[in-house]
Amino acid sequence: MSHLQMNRRLGGALVLLRILIGWHFLYEGIVKLYNPDWTSFGYLASAQGPFKEVFASLASDSLLPWVDTLNWLALVFVGITLILGIFEKAGAIAGMGLLALYYLAHPSLPGLTQLNTEGSYWLVNKNLIELAACWILFLQPTGQLFGLNRVFVKTTSKTELS
Amino acid sequence: MSWTRREALLGLGGIPILGAVWWAGAAGTVGKKRARNAILETLNIQPSLPAAVQGIGGEPVKLGIIGFGIRGEQLCRSLGYATDEWIAAMEEEAALAREEGRPFTALEDFHNQEPLNIRIVGVCDIFDVRAEKAIRSFSDEEVRVKRYATHQEMIASGEVEAVVIATPDHWHAPMAMEALRNNVHVYVEKPMTHTLSETYELREVARNSRAVLQVGHQHRQTLSFKTARDIVDKGILGHVSLITTNTNRNDDNGAWNYDIHPDASPDTIDWSQFLGNAPEIPFNKNHFFRWRKWWAYGSGLSGDLLTHDYDRLNCVLGMGIPSSVMASGGIYTHRDGRNVPDVFQANMEFPDFNTRGSQPSGKAKGMTFVYSATLGNGLSRPTMLMGHDGSMELGNQLTVWPDGRSTRYAEMLESGKMEPQSPIYHYNPAATALDGVSSATSQYFADKGLMWTYIDGKRVDSTFLHMREWLSAIRNGGEVSCGIQEGFEEAISAHMAGLSWKLGRRIEWDREAQRVVPIEGVDLDAALCYSPPGIGQFAPDLVG
Repeated sequence: MSHLQMNRRLGGALVLLRILIGWHFLYEGIVKLYNPDWTSFGYLASAQGPFKEVFASLASDSLLPWVDTLNWLALVFVGITLILGIFEKAGAIAGMGLLALYYLAHPSLPGLTQLNTEGSYWLVNKNLIELAACWILFLQPTGQLFGLNRVFVKTTSKTELS
Repeated sequence: MSWTRREALLGLGGIPILGAVWWAGAAGTVGKKRARNAILETLNIQPSLPAAVQGIGGEPVKLGIIGFGIRGEQLCRSLGYATDEWIAAMEEEAALAREEGRPFTALEDFHNQEPLNIRIVGVCDIFDVRAEKAIRSFSDEEVRVKRYATHQEMIASGEVEAVVIATPDHWHAPMAMEALRNNVHVYVEKPMTHTLSETYELREVARNSRAVLQVGHQHRQTLSFKTARDIVDKGILGHVSLITTNTNRNDDNGAWNYDIHPDASPDTIDWSQFLGNAPEIPFNKNHFFRWRKWWAYGSGLSGDLLTHDYDRLNCVLGMGIPSSVMASGGIYTHRDGRNVPDVFQANMEFPDFNTRGSQPSGKAKGMTFVYSATLGNGLSRPTMLMGHDGSMELGNQLTVWPDGRSTRYAEMLESGKMEPQSPIYHYNPAATALDGVSSATSQYFADKGLMWTYIDGKRVDSTFLHMREWLSAIRNGGEVSCGIQEGFEEAISAHMAGLSWKLGRRIEWDREAQRVVPIEGVDLDAALCYSPPGIGQFAPDLVG
């Protein structure tokens, strides 16, 4: 990947992917931040699959407020970094972490009832796909094409990315 | 890198996107909240907080338990006393639940329950096994629980200040009256009485006693019911003209076919004491353990389950005794020798009942309360209060919908601020609680708000609260939620329904005389207690 010559179209597409994922994360985070009644309790308490115990224990009285706060903070962080194009590697990693947790709490395993999903899934669901997309963003940052990194990092090789 | 307009756009272009998404998320969320708050402000519903109960100070209240069967054991757990057998069974159940990865909190809830300042000092049960179980489990180095052969002995002993009565229905009133006459405090299970004359007499006795009587309708402690009362009082539903409540159960336990203990015999059970005022019949284990199935000892659906639904609504609406009742039903699902119906419907009329309405005064008045029950189907049918302006589903949660033709909400409906299919109010005090419920029957009670309530999102056994209120009133004075008047209304209404089914005719209440209207040539009490041969032969295993 390091020697990949980014053509303009591929670079543009990756920027678009980054903005869309950042948009999604930011909006999810903001909606939670501005709604004091929001809680991850239901999502955690109804967890399924091999890690259900772990997630159910996060829904305890003592942990829940921390889990809720960390969740919206992480969502907003991912959203800001990906949209602005700065610290995007950290943002992409944090996004992958969140998506992995969401996937493991409600995995699309055969035999499990799918809760609150609008489609039909077998092993692969949208969380997993977005997670893979975050991996691409981690491997190929585009903040120098479009983003604050372009302002902060002076470089001449604009089209040849790390 | 030169700082051109193009560079600025590519470097800072994310900022307006960030601002737009942030603004959209914040404005949408805050806007929705504002719209919801506007509706809530219009409704002005006050979610209830638990009433403060004065502590039970001084020496522990000395309690005697009369009847230590299924319900007696449950009541003792609410008092903080569990049998060794129950704890062992729950530990086993909890281990199994852990293995299967489902929540199970019964034992944890029991251990977390606030201790009550009481001491169980006596037990009176006519089945040796049960009495011995209580003595074995509840005695310690300080106090050895004493067994009394009869309730009279226990009450006269001077060693108990208060009794908890959890016997078959035909013993409730005689025991409660004996205790009250001796100024011993009483907690009695529902239905409060077995006949009309007992109900009239018990009211007199209770009024003349210094002791505190609490009838075991623990759901009066349910917070959602108190909030429901506020909703009705504020006229949010408009004039309520119809209430439907239901019982649906579909298992042997729910149909009162309880386990028969292998050690039950004429040697271990005082059979003649069990019979009391019931017709003399030879020893019969089926009748002893499954007494709810015969009119001689129990009251069937009318006394056992209609009473819950009636009282829960009476606690919300305060509608009192119906002016008339008509009932129907039959023995259609359990032809096992019982003589009480297992499918039962009762229509209670309240022609003078009126809730504040939005319509011209005098247009609407009166309400029908419909109770519909089957022991042969388990579908959960909600309790609904139907008013001109809105409908409310009543349970441990409350949901209110506006009515599409409401007068009160006409403007908001027209402007799209309200929609008939969208709830305008939802109250769920359990929003942050994780429950583990064990059986179909307990789920039935839980959904109705009959088993527990929620305080600050924590599940609390409502029987515990009901007991605590009674004990506090014993020590500090004050009112109880389900005293003699509430018990009187519950018992009369249930007996009217039972009588209507048995006689196949309308039963009326004379409010002036405070008596059920007599029917020429019919002894109403004899009709109520008449226990004909049961229907059908099919009997579930005698030894469960």
